[in-house]
Amino acid sequence: MDFTFDEEQREFRAVLRSFVDREIVPVAREWEQEGRYPTQIVAGLKRLGLFGITVPEEYGGLDLGPVPFALVFEELARGWMGIAGILGSHSLSCRMIAQHGTAEQKQRYLPALATGERRTGIGLTEPDAGTDLQGIRTTARRDGDHYIVTGTKMWITNARHADPLPCLVKTDPHATPAHRGMSVLLVDAGTPGFTVTKDIPKLGYKGTESCEVVLDDARVPVENLLGGAEGRGMQQVLSALEWGRVNIAARSVGIAQRAYDEALAYSRQRMAFNRPISDFQAVQLKLASVATTLQAARLMAYWAADAVARGRADAETGMAKIFCSEVALEAAIEAMKVHGGYGYSTEYEVERLYRDAILMSIGEGTNDVLRTVVAKSLVRGQARVG
Amino acid sequence: MKIVVLVKQVPDSGVERTLRVDDNTVDRGSAGNVINEMDEYAIEEALRLREAHGGEVTLLTMGPEKAAESIRKALSMGPDGAVHVLDDALPGSCAPATSKVLAAALTTLEPDLVLCGSESTDGRVQVIPHMLAERLGIAALTGARKLTVDADAVTIERQTEEGYEVIRAATPAIVSVWDTINEPRYPSFKGIKAAKKKPVRTLSLADLGIAADEVGTAGATSEVVSHSRRPPRSGGAKITDEGDGGVRLVEFLATEKFV
Ligand SMILES: Cc1cc2nc3c(=O)[nH]c(=O)nc-3n(C[C@H](O)[C@H](O)[C@H](O)COP(=O)(O)OP(=O)(O)OC[C@H]3O[C@@H](n4cnc5c(N)ncnc54)[C@H](O)[C@@H]3O)c2cc1C
Repeated sequence: MDFTFDEEQREFRAVLRSFVDREIVPVAREWEQEGRYPTQIVAGLKRLGLFGITVPEEYGGLDLGPVPFALVFEELARGWMGIAGILGSHSLSCRMIAQHGTAEQKQRYLPALATGERRTGIGLTEPDAGTDLQGIRTTARRDGDHYIVTGTKMWITNARHADPLPCLVKTDPHATPAHRGMSVLLVDAGTPGFTVTKDIPKLGYKGTESCEVVLDDARVPVENLLGGAEGRGMQQVLSALEWGRVNIAARSVGIAQRAYDEALAYSRQRMAFNRPISDFQAVQLKLASVATTLQAARLMAYWAADAVARGRADAETGMAKIFCSEVALEAAIEAMKVHGGYGYSTEYEVERLYRDAILMSIGEGTNDVLRTVVAKSLVRGQARVG
Repeated sequence: MKIVVLVKQVPDSGVERTLRVDDNTVDRGSAGNVINEMDEYAIEEALRLREAHGGEVTLLTMGPEKAAESIRKALSMGPDGAVHVLDDALPGSCAPATSKVLAAALTTLEPDLVLCGSESTDGRVQVIPHMLAERLGIAALTGARKLTVDADAVTIERQTEEGYEVIRAATPAIVSVWDTINEPRYPSFKGIKAAKKKPVRTLSLADLGIAADEVGTAGATSEVVSHSRRPPRSGGAKITDEGDGGVRLVEFLATEKFV
């Protein structure tokens, strides 16, 4: 049993920590309140090479394993979860293109995606279908060497910067089961009929945009069909899920860590009844609980990441995502309590942690849906506990 | 252009540092060891020169085995390779001995330009660039806040208390830099991965033709004979305002040469 990071992972973490402490932490609160796009931070992420974390080395990427991949998201979310969002769907799509794209598609997109010169996201959710992806309504009808795509996508993070935006569509709306008729199309920015129609206002997860996207008879060239064969879209999208859950679990650990750091620091300097509030047992209980669950969440996130590195890990990643996201929210709430009235003020960090933490239980599969996934895996005997 | 950057591993200045009780030398075992902060600026400047003019950047370190970690870290910023002078006889070397060793190593490397930090946060003697210049018969341009190179000369803005002086010398030359010269880059992830594969050549004293008794504690020209802790801060002056508080405050500042 070895719970330590290897030397390279420790070096990655050291660089990330100093980057986050110097470039993100000092500006996060102000920029998120102003609704400012973090252009300079994105430039820093590019210089670090982080847009290439899931791109194979032959295309100029870093090809990180799931453990260092998780490190990136933990550290960024400790600074500002919205920044982790800029890399999140980008990295998952890069991985999907690398795994399933044709040689020509990989050559066309991956080198520029690895440097961040091009960026991407992922278009799955629709107004009438989120969890139930087989219920999407966006269709792609073949017309010569193009697909004519019609439909609306919702909540698409990074949509205004994505080029291409991989979108899940139905190339055969009548197929049964429905997934046999589903495909992923790589929609280039500037495709006629493809419009980002609005930024959806949201509680947290600011810094990155989450958008409504309309495809109105958008003409997408046939060579942009991911992998070059119809009917594989659902499987291609699902293959990214385990990494997606590790991503959210790691972000949750980052949020919880920050909540703990803020609570500890505040409790040491805030005086009441002539002593620091960290002297009071009631405050100590909160600190101890947050530290304990935070550490448990961290172990679970990296355990799940390590499981992905070893093979299929549906249940492990599901459990980690559920647990870590709940710890993040609890940590944020406890940190607010330690801060008293100031925890409720936008002049402090913790209210953002609270707003950002809630999303962790919704994105990449709601926690309830993931519980059903974990349960299925356990009941079928595919996963085992103990 | 061939640039050599002198890099030293020092005890982390962010934590408490001590001298050893037995021989009064810097305790390199207790604190975490890091790249001397000012050297990162020298590396950054070298990388910028390479980006502008081409050529290669080599790091040169004299230090114990452990210094290899700092060499890897420094390489992850982007230099092409490193030379590590490593020898059991080296610990305890004084500044003249250190400069002898570094000069011998530089002679084998034949650089057009040598860059280093203006001081190291452990020894703080600030004499190495001058000593190297003397030994190698080249110019030392110290305390640079700006650096430019053209055909076969280097020009710096030397930072002074009042402003700066412009100094120019023929290359090869040695330039020491201040932390005002640039903002060092973060190592990229790719840089971290690549650093593992970069060549690090180890040279012993024998390779450099230097005898063991010319260096280390054996060959030291100076010795720290004793040391003691800095006394704790005393209370400081308190001025109670009795109508003349302002005047007395200014008087205090003036006698202490603060104003
Ligand atoms: C800030 C933000 C960013 C996002 N970014 C993206 C993005 O970049 N790309 C993208 O494609 N999507 C994105 N999403 C969408 C996100 O993935 C969906 O919101 C999520 O999958 C849930 O879908 P839904 O909102 O349609 O909820 P629904 O599926 O309608 O779920 C509503 C409720 O019903 C429950 N439920 C549904 N089905 C079941 C079931 N079978 N069993 C038990 N309970 C069930 C859910 O748990 C939930 O409580 C984003 C969402 C947000 C909020």
